[in-house]
Order: sequence, then C-alpha cells, then structure tokens
Amino acid sequence: MRASDGSIRSPYEQVAAWLEATGEANLRQRQSEAEALFRRLGITFSVYGEGGDPERLIPFDLIPRVFGAAEWRKLSRGVQQRARALNAFLYDVYHRGEIMRAGIVPESLVYQNEAYLPEMAGFDPPGRIYSHIVGVDIVRTNDTDFQVLEDNCRTPSGVSYMLENREIMMRMFPRLFAACAVDPIDEYPTMLKRTLQEVAPPACKGEPTVVLLTPGPLNSAYYEHSFLADLMGVELVESSDLFVNDGLVWMRTTRGPQRVDVIYRRIDDSYLDPLAFNPDSLLGVPGLFSVYRAGGVTLCSAPGSGIADDKAIYVFVPEMIRFYLGEQPILKNVQTWRCSLADERDHVLANLKDFVVKQVHGSGGYGMLIGPHATKKQISEFRTKILADPDAYIAQPTLELSSAPTVTADGIDARHVDFRPFCLVGKQVRLAPGGLTRVALTKGSLVVNSSQGGGVKDTWVLSE
Amino acid sequence: MLSRTAENLFWMGRYIERADATARLIEMGRRMAMLPGANEEWQSVARAAGCASELPPKASDSKIITYLLLDRDNRSSIHCCLAQARTNAKAIRTALTADMWEALNDHWRLLEALDADEAIADLPVWLDWAKQRAAAFRGAAETSLLRNEGYVFLRLGEFVERAEMTLRLLDVKYYVLLPETDVVGGGRDFHQWTSVLRATSAMRAYHHVYRGDYTPWGIAEFLVLNTMFPRSANFCYRALERHLDDLARLYGERHDCHETAAEMVRRLDGCDINSLFQTGLHEFIGDAIKVTNRLSSEISRAYYF
Repeated sequence: MRASDGSIRSPYEQVAAWLEATGEANLRQRQSEAEALFRRLGITFSVYGEGGDPERLIPFDLIPRVFGAAEWRKLSRGVQQRARALNAFLYDVYHRGEIMRAGIVPESLVYQNEAYLPEMAGFDPPGRIYSHIVGVDIVRTNDTDFQVLEDNCRTPSGVSYMLENREIMMRMFPRLFAACAVDPIDEYPTMLKRTLQEVAPPACKGEPTVVLLTPGPLNSAYYEHSFLADLMGVELVESSDLFVNDGLVWMRTTRGPQRVDVIYRRIDDSYLDPLAFNPDSLLGVPGLFSVYRAGGVTLCSAPGSGIADDKAIYVFVPEMIRFYLGEQPILKNVQTWRCSLADERDHVLANLKDFVVKQVHGSGGYGMLIGPHATKKQISEFRTKILADPDAYIAQPTLELSSAPTVTADGIDARHVDFRPFCLVGKQVRLAPGGLTRVALTKGSLVVNSSQGGGVKDTWVLSE
Repeated sequence: MLSRTAENLFWMGRYIERADATARLIEMGRRMAMLPGANEEWQSVARAAGCASELPPKASDSKIITYLLLDRDNRSSIHCCLAQARTNAKAIRTALTADMWEALNDHWRLLEALDADEAIADLPVWLDWAKQRAAAFRGAAETSLLRNEGYVFLRLGEFVERAEMTLRLLDVKYYVLLPETDVVGGGRDFHQWTSVLRATSAMRAYHHVYRGDYTPWGIAEFLVLNTMFPRSANFCYRALERHLDDLARLYGERHDCHETAAEMVRRLDGCDINSLFQTGLHEFIGDAIKVTNRLSSEISRAYYF
C-alpha cells in the first residue's frame, strides 16, 4: 500500500481512507461475516489425510489488493507476452527444437524431463495452442517493478476465488466499490468458454460441445471445477462419464451417447488415458489420446504442457520472449540459481539461509526450504538433498516478496503477498482485469499456498 | 443430461424423502409409545422401517431410535440419508441451484456434531429439524430449479420413495395391531390410527374429507387411495405417471417403467377399501412396495444409470 518513501501509493488512497474510517473492530466483525458466507455457500477446498474436517475455508482477508490502471496495463501486457512465448516454446520443443539448436535451452533439460511427453512430438494441436490457461505468479519488488516467480501452464487453479472474493466484497462494501471505480471481472467465464470453443478439433462440425473433466469431489479444487462448469454452462464430467467409440469421444447421457469436442481437463497427464500413459490407473478414458492425436477431440491444456512450467525451464522464459517474439521481456524473472550448475550450486549451498529452495517438479509449496525460517537441521538436510540430486532444485532469494495490509489478530499489519493472473490463449489472448492475490497470514512467513495456511484477497484493477 | 447426473438427482430425491419419512416414522413411534401399557411400539417401527433384522431381537427403545436417527452403518438412518444426499449434491453441484445446495449444506455441522443422548433428550426438536431440512430442499427445488429433465429425475426419486414410505407407515399400524387384533375401536386404537395421520401431516386434510370420522377404513383409504392428498400412494403414483410421461414426450420413447406406473395407477383407481381389508391390507402393502422397487430399477435401466 505504501511506496518506499512511506507515502500511500495513489491507487490505494480510497482504500486507506476507508480503512481509517471503518476501524479495526468493525473490520474484524465483517471478516467473520464474510467467512460465515463462504461456509454457507460451500466455498471450500479439501485437504484429506490430515485428520479433522477435510473441508477447509481459505482464509479471506477483507483489505483488497489494488492495482492502478497504468500498473495493470504493464502487468497484463507482460503476462500476455509470457503466455505467447510459453506456447511458442511448447510448439518448438514438440517440433524442430530450434531454441535448443540455438544453444539457448540445454537439450537435456527438455528431453530428459519427466514432463516432456515424446508421444506429443510432431503433433499440431488446434491453433498450435498447448497451454490455454496460463497462471503466472508475480510479486512486486519495488515501486515500479514486478517479477515473475513461476509459470503454471498445466491446470492453474484459484480463478474461482478471484470471482467469489469479488462477489463477497461487492456484497459487503457496495459504497467502497462505487467510490473506487473497480474494473469488473465477471466476463471471465464467458472468455474461458469462448477460448475453449475456439480450439475445437478438426472433426468438430457446428457448435463445439465443451466439457470440464474433474477427478471428482475428493479433489482439493473440486469446488472450482464445479463452479467454472456452472458459470460456463457446460457439463462437469468425471472420466467414467466419457468413452471412446468410432474415433470420437462421447459422454454417457440419459438419451444415450453424446459427442464431446473440447475437454477442459483438470486432471494430470498421467490420468488421461490408461492406454497411452499410466496403465495402472483406473481413472482416465481408454483411447482418449489416440482420438486426440487424430483430431477428434481437443484437450486443454495439451498433454506435455508441463514442460513449460518446469522450474528449471522457467529460467529461460525471458530468452524465449526474445527468441520467439523478438520482443524485450516486460516482466522480469526473479533471480534464480540452478543447482545443476556447479558455480550456482556452490553459491546456493554457501548461503542456504538466505534462499528459498524449490523442487523443480514440485508444486503447492511442498518440498521447499525457506532459508531464513529454517532450522539448522532442515538446512543441513536440504544440503544433503541438493548434493544428492542437484538437477532437481533451484533457489531464489527471499527478499523479493512484497507485502500488503492485512487484518490480523493484532490489528492491521503487513503480510507477504503474491499475485496470480489467469491468461487465456485461444484465437486471441485474453486477460480479465484481476487475478488471485494470495497472502501469507503468519507474520514474516513467505508461504502463500492455500495448502500451507495461506489466505486470499480480492484484487482490484482501477478503471482508467 | 449426463446419466450420472440423472442418477444422483434421482437418489438425492429418494434420500431426502427417506430422511423425512424416517423422522415421521420415529415421531409416530414416539406418540404410540407414550400410551399406558405400550411395549411393542418401537419394535413395530423397526419392522416397518425394514430394519428389524439388523437390530438385536430385544433392542431397547433408545437403541432403535438412535439406529434410525444417527447410526452411520444404517444406510437408511436420517444421518446417512442427509449425508448421502449432500454427497450426491456435491457430485453434481452444477445440476443444482444455489438455493438447493444451501438447503442441504446449511446447518450441516449440527448433524455431524450431534450425539445420541442429546438427540434422544430433544427428540421432537431433531425430528422437526430433519423434516425442515427436507422441506427447505423441496421448496428450493420447487421455486428455483429449471423444469427440465433434471427436475423430473429429482421428483421421480422423491415420489418413488414417498409412495413406499407412506405404505410402510401404514404397515406400522398393522404390526402394532397384531398382538391384539380383536380389540378394534376404543381410545387406544383411536390414538394409534390418528398417530398415523399425524405422522403423515394429514390430520387437517383427513378432517376436510371425512369430517372427523376417524375409522381404520377411512384412514387406510385416505392414505392409499385418495387422489388429492400429496402423501397418499395413489397421489404419488399419479405423479410418477405424469413425470414419466413428461420424459417420454421429451425423449420420444416409452419404456417398461411407463407401463408399470400406469398399471399401478389403474389398479389403485379400481380399488375399494372394503375389498382391500378383506384380501388383507398388509399383503397389499407388501406387494405395492415390491412394485415400487421394480419401478425404481426400471427407471434406472431406461435412462442408462
């Protein structure tokens, strides 16, 4: 909220005045009303295997994160640029591999990567689009700069919170909205559906039938799956609802089989098709991949897209932007050390207490070392892990996370935040003015993942 | 509509209706057991609920009540029915309206936290609570759900279950009567028959039709054959026939379930209560319950679930 000189930054003027006028006690009261609302609407995520109630609320903070119009313009152009470059990279790695021939990205990082699917080599997905929904995690690093922490090209989640947080805020603080001129985000589901329809397969004639494929109610993001299917007006299917016949994909309906053209899948590659990928899986639709290869159905995202959000590949995204688009990167990467390189590894190992160390294939905040908060024992354990398998780790400095005012037990206080906008890639590249702001609720903590006790905030983009 | 969605809606309808009817069954047992000299009432309730064989022969009253209300191993307990309905709802959130989901999800925690002693101490409160859950859900569906096939599958589930449960309620009276079949009439008998009416929320309605003349024949006739009372077997079967006809029109196809429902309506319409008592009400009820179960499986077969 404040610039480095301590003054209130201009996009926050209204919010700061509102905080002043509302007062802490009042805010805390509203906070519990908001939580009751979330609970009643059933906006939960599920955590199984930890005992207790598996249905958890994501803690919601009332104080919005605000972007001014000019800031947003830069951010959104930067995100769209990244989404285009990542898709160009995916096309390239599954075709001629020119970025590797040019010596920019090492071949071993791609072809020996678990996320690289040789089955996809040479295949052209409709529109040459691999990742249709790109979630980019961003932090502010000073008054004018943003840096990217990571890209999520497979099935980024959290967009339902972007939409629900807004609903709750509009319900609770109508006057504040009127005063602030916040750009609306309710077009997102329509944009998503249009994006999915635009990538219909060659075999599709007429209006494409889109479905959303979920692993089912036990999945932690199930609420989001049903929420999006609902808003798009498409069927929410589980893999047992689908089958392959006659070179096409069908869903089981009360009138018998019905054709499916586009599948927005929220399940991993390995569970898509037991014939093509994981033969031990009972999930999946046998034969789905061969229908996909033959142009009978479109999968969003394409299998094998994970190679683009691998953390070892992330390092090269600015280079990709230059290489494929011939443009200068608008958003910077957070400085990243690769443990696979001897020099960088030595530096990381010598300064572990200053770094966040992440597993290259990990997600959701698991398998991380947060140097400044780690015990000596944790640090020495990580040292052993890194030495045993250096290729599996990258490290980033910890100082880069920005903070935002948050309602806490001891009053309003700064907490670390990051930001994930969702970029849609169809025939056009689209971005709704907003995204998901995640907040680390523990003082000083850098971990914002919902699975690790992080919370969320509404994100406002102010109108021009 | 996905077959899985249709199946979930159908069973959600059944579970909610069953939770409601089980609450009514317990309520009836409670009223009957308050009479001086009562002893077999709860056993009769267990038999009518179809779970006598799952309980020990001399199960205590409180054991039977908690089994029907809270037992997590009894798939027909109120707890399991509401939990299952909520699970089904969660699996097909997109086919429900927000109002319907909230009706099932709201207060959910109350039931999860309820213990047996507390439930028995406040039994009427919890029975009302269960009935209110069902009423809120039905009301939400009635006022917010699109009248498409999803609505039909939900209603089919409800009416299949309701037809069966009304028949079962009536059968409790049969079991209660067994040890003393010769004592018909009198205050005790009167109390039992009117308890059947109360459990089906039918006192006022019955009064409108029979002018307060409470006879076993009148009450049985009302609950089996009346075409205007929403919980009578005949009303339920007519509704089933009508909803199935809607589906047939929508899909342009008729199936076995359509014939079964139509035949049952013809049979009930052509029935008079005196001959029903002569041939045996209990036997008639047993047969009607079998037909209802068959109808349920014919519906699943016809619509691929």
